[in-house]
Amino acid sequence: MKSGAQILIEGLKEQGVDVIFGYPGGVVLPIYDELYDADIRHVLVRHEQAAIHAADGYARASGKIGVCLATSGPGACNLVTGLATAYMDSIPVVALTGQVPTSLLGNDAFQESDITGITMPVTKHNYLVQDVRDLKRILREAFHIAGTGRKGPVLIDIPKDVSTAMVPDVDGPDQQPRLRGYKPNYQGHGKMIQRAADLLVKAERPIIYAGGGVISSNASAELVAFAERMCMPVVTTLMGLGCIPTDHPLNLGMLGMHGTEYANYAVTESDLLFSIGVRFDDRVTGKIETFASGAKIIHIDIDPAEIGKNKPVDVPIVGDARSVLSDLLKKVPDSCPHPEWSKKVAAWKKKHPLRYSDDGKLHPQFVIRKLAEILGEKGVVVSEVGQNQMWTAQWFRFTRPRQWVSSGGLGTMGYGFPAAMGAQVACPDQPVVVLAGDGSFQMNIQELGTVAQYNIPVKVIVLNNRFLGMVRQWQQLFYEHRYSYTELPEVHFEKIAKAYGIEGSTVTDPAMVEQAIRAALDHPGPYVLDVRIEREENVFPMVPAGANISEMIVGHHTTHEEE
Amino acid sequence: MPAHIFSVLVEDCPGVLSRVTGLFSRRGFNIESLAVGHSEQPDTSRITIVVSGNDTQIEQVKKQLNKLIEVIKVLDISEAEHVERELALVKVKAEPGAGRSEIMQVAGIFRAKIIDVGSDSLVVEVTGDSGKIAAIEDLLRPYGIIELVRTGKIALQRGSAMAAQGK
Repeated sequence: MKSGAQILIEGLKEQGVDVIFGYPGGVVLPIYDELYDADIRHVLVRHEQAAIHAADGYARASGKIGVCLATSGPGACNLVTGLATAYMDSIPVVALTGQVPTSLLGNDAFQESDITGITMPVTKHNYLVQDVRDLKRILREAFHIAGTGRKGPVLIDIPKDVSTAMVPDVDGPDQQPRLRGYKPNYQGHGKMIQRAADLLVKAERPIIYAGGGVISSNASAELVAFAERMCMPVVTTLMGLGCIPTDHPLNLGMLGMHGTEYANYAVTESDLLFSIGVRFDDRVTGKIETFASGAKIIHIDIDPAEIGKNKPVDVPIVGDARSVLSDLLKKVPDSCPHPEWSKKVAAWKKKHPLRYSDDGKLHPQFVIRKLAEILGEKGVVVSEVGQNQMWTAQWFRFTRPRQWVSSGGLGTMGYGFPAAMGAQVACPDQPVVVLAGDGSFQMNIQELGTVAQYNIPVKVIVLNNRFLGMVRQWQQLFYEHRYSYTELPEVHFEKIAKAYGIEGSTVTDPAMVEQAIRAALDHPGPYVLDVRIEREENVFPMVPAGANISEMIVGHHTTHEEE
Repeated sequence: MPAHIFSVLVEDCPGVLSRVTGLFSRRGFNIESLAVGHSEQPDTSRITIVVSGNDTQIEQVKKQLNKLIEVIKVLDISEAEHVERELALVKVKAEPGAGRSEIMQVAGIFRAKIIDVGSDSLVVEVTGDSGKIAAIEDLLRPYGIIELVRTGKIALQRGSAMAAQGK
C-alpha cells in the first residue's frame, strides 16, 4: 500500500524531476512530509509567485520541465500570474497545488479556491484529482502535455484526502496516459514543404522571421544552416533572441516596437517572409495591414491555431520547426545568393545602427555592452520587464539559444529575479545575471531571502532610474510629459541586500562600471549591483503602438554606435 | 453572419463543458444554443453548439476547440448536408371550451403531442427545426403561453459519415 503523496513523489522522480520550487501550507502537509526525506531538491521561496517563475526560468534555461508546489487557496492563487506568463510564452511547467479534502469541495472551506476553474484560461490543461487511483496516470499525462506539441503549463490540484489515501501500488494499462484527443503533429506536410521550397528559391528579397518556437524545438542549428544556405537575413522576436548569434552577419536583431531600424525596414521591403515559431504579435507587427504587406508568407508552427490567426498566410506548415527545417534543407539548392538584396540590407545596417548618447553620463546600454564583453560566450541573461528588458534585448550579444530568459507575451514585472533563481538552479556552472529595473526588482525583491538561504549565486544588476521607466517614456512621448505616478523614491538596494546577508555595491560613475560588474561576477554568492543610470533615458528606436513598423521614432544623434 | 453548428465529441469528464463554453465567452462569442448528451461511444459526450461569426472567427474557434485536450473531434456540421432538430415544451392557457380543441388541432397539424392536460392549461411537445418551432409558438401565443422551454439544436450529417474519428 502507498499513500497518494508517496505515489506523487515517485511519479515526479519517474519524470526525472530533480528540483521543486515551493511553499508549504495546510493541505500540502502530507506531500511535504514525503518530501522531507525524498531525494528531490526543494527550494523554499518567499512567495508562491516566485516558485512558478523559478520553475519557468528553470525550464527556459534547461529545456526541461519546471515544477512548482503550492498550498490551496492563497497559495494556489499566487501561481496565477506565473501560469499566465508561462502560457503566453509556451513554457513547460507542471504546477502542483494542494486542495481542501474532497468532502469539503465547493463548501467555501478554509483556504479553498476553485483553482482549476480560475486557471482554465491560462493553462494548457489542468486536473482536479478526485480519486487517488487516477494520480499516477494524471501525473504522466500532465508531463506529457506540458512538454510536447506547443509546450505550456499544466496544473494538478490534489485534495488533502487524495494525498493521504492508501492504495495498492499498481502500474498497469489504467495508469498509462489516455489522451485520444491530444496528438500534436510534428512532421510537416510534404506538399506544403515543397511549395515553401519553391517560393524560397524564387524569392528576390526573402527574410526569416524567427521566434520562440525555434528555441523551444531546439531548431537553432537548422535555422542558422538554412539562413546561410539561402543567404537570407534573419530577424527575431524577443522570444527568439539567441536562435542566431547577435554577431552573425545575417542577423538583423529584433524586429517590432523596439526592434532595430534595419530589421523593420528589411521586413517591410521583403517579398517573402519565412516565419518560424512566431505568432505575429501586435508588438512585432505594429499595424497589421502594413506589416510585410508586399511579401508572401510561409508560416511554420506546431500550433495550427497560430497559422492565419492575425494575418493570412500563403503557405501554412503545421509541424515542429526543427523537423520542417530539416526537411526543407533537403529541398533547396546549395546556395541561393541575393546580391542586390544583401547589399540593400547591409546599407541599412550601416546607415541606421542602434545608438546611444556619448555625453559621458551613465547610460544603461553601456552597462549591458560591458556585461556582454565580460561574459563573452558564458552566462544566462535574464531580464525583468520594461526598459531594462528592451535595452538588454537590443544591446546584449547573444551567442546561443536558452541564454536569454525574459517574459515576452505577458510582460510580467517581477518575473526576472525569481526566474533567474530557477535558471541558476538549472545551470549551476554558469553565471546568471538579471538586468532589472528598480520598479520590477521591487515586485519580487523578497526572493533575496531565498538566494541568501541556498546561496544561489544570481547577480542582480539594477538599472536604477527611480522611475517606472517604460511608462514614464510613454508619458513623455505621448502624454505631454505628465509623469503620473511613475516616479519612485530612492532605494538603497545595496543596503537591502546586506540586510539579507548578500553582498552588494552601488555605482554612479561610468568609469566604475566594468570593475563593479567584474567584482559582482567574481563574488561566489548572490550579489546586488545598484547602477544609478541616466534617469530619463529612453528606449529607441520606437514604433508607436499601432503604427507601421517602418515609421520609427529614433531619438538622439551624437552617439555611440553598435559595432 | 451565418450560424454555424459545431458538433464536438468530448471526453465525458467534469469540467469539459466549462472548458468548451469558456473558449467562446473568452473571445466574445455568444452561444446561440447548446445541447449536451452521451454519444454512441462509451465515456464520450457530444456537444452541439450553434454560434454565429465571420469565417476567420469561426475558423479560429474551431482550431481553439481542437486544442482542448479533452476534445476528441470537432465538426462544423453546417458545412455539409445535415439534419437538425430542436424540441420545445409549451405550456398554454386552455380553459375548457372551444379554445382547448383549437389548440389540440394546431398541435395535430404540427405533429405535436399534448403531454399534460390541466384544468386550465395544456403542455404541448413539439419537435422540428427552428422554423417549425417558431411557427407553432406564433400560433399558440394568442391563447396565452404560460411557459416555454426548448432544447438546444442537435444535428447530424446526412449519410453514413460520422463525426467520431479522432483529430
